[in-house]
Amino acid sequence: MEKENHVLVVFPHPDDEAFGVSGTLSKYRDMGVPVTYSCLTYGDMGRNLGFPPFATRESLYKIRAAEVEESARLIGIKDLRLPGFRDKTLEFEEPGLLTNLIRDMIVELGTTRIISFYPGYSVHPDHEATAEAVIEAVASLDTEKRPALQLVAFANNTFDDLGDPDIVVNIEGYEERKKQIMAAHKSQTGPLLESLAADTHDAKELADQWLKYERFYSYMV
Amino acid sequence: MEPINQDTVQSLLDAFVDKRVYIHVEITSGMYASHVDQEVFNAGTFVRNVQVNIVEAIIKKAENDQYRVGIKLDNGGWIYVIGLTHFIVNEEAEFIMHGFNYQGKLASALELSHQPFRK
Repeated sequence: MEKENHVLVVFPHPDDEAFGVSGTLSKYRDMGVPVTYSCLTYGDMGRNLGFPPFATRESLYKIRAAEVEESARLIGIKDLRLPGFRDKTLEFEEPGLLTNLIRDMIVELGTTRIISFYPGYSVHPDHEATAEAVIEAVASLDTEKRPALQLVAFANNTFDDLGDPDIVVNIEGYEERKKQIMAAHKSQTGPLLESLAADTHDAKELADQWLKYERFYSYMV
Repeated sequence: MEPINQDTVQSLLDAFVDKRVYIHVEITSGMYASHVDQEVFNAGTFVRNVQVNIVEAIIKKAENDQYRVGIKLDNGGWIYVIGLTHFIVNEEAEFIMHGFNYQGKLASALELSHQPFRK
């Protein structure tokens, strides 16, 4: 990992940062790299309202806003931005709106690396809308001003189509911190964390999946 | 939230009859349903902050502590939701019914309010 001028993280839902990339972000923060996290929605249409449920459709946004604030605090992110789009609706927003928002942040912050989703391979329509807006925002900049793209892909056909991830971040030493970051999203992660904590073969597999390496694809615009 | 009590919910529904009411109606299997299982045909909906005039609203019990609610509108229209299990009236006086599936995830919602729901 290089010491970037600024890393911009763009995901649509609180907890998108936790599973796939929070170890990497923690490492950047520990290197002194400024990190901005733009979390586009409150995840207010999520199906998980706690296990057992402690939220409702109407209170979920407050709970998840607090969860992502705690997650950002644990990662060490000082600049968390919550523009508050409605969950599930990003792909239906006026064309260019997200692109301009992201482009403006890149210019404002002097971003040299963006962490987001990979277009076509990120499953959820909000993920795809985010990925497309990020790519469009970067493509709209002069070549020498374009940040590097470090993208998360997890569609079932990812390995067949894209091959092995070319950026693999070893997050050894960050296991406990990452567990705390995932646990910060307690309305969402109850059963997963219980599985992780259990003394079972499945728990070991989960730990291997989430707590050793984080995997990304670079992307050329 | 608490498990639906049919009598309590019926009287809460009655309080919205002959009133102009904002609704939130939702059915969802989650955006990952067909990612997790390719046999699943993923359908869902939400309708939010649509105003209606209710002339009748009735809750019926189904199996496994699940309930159906049918709401008749003054223009001849209907709102119909099945698979409801829990309810609450929150601090904003929004009447919220949710249906949680066997994994504890929200599968259905029907909400009524005299004021608009949060944008």
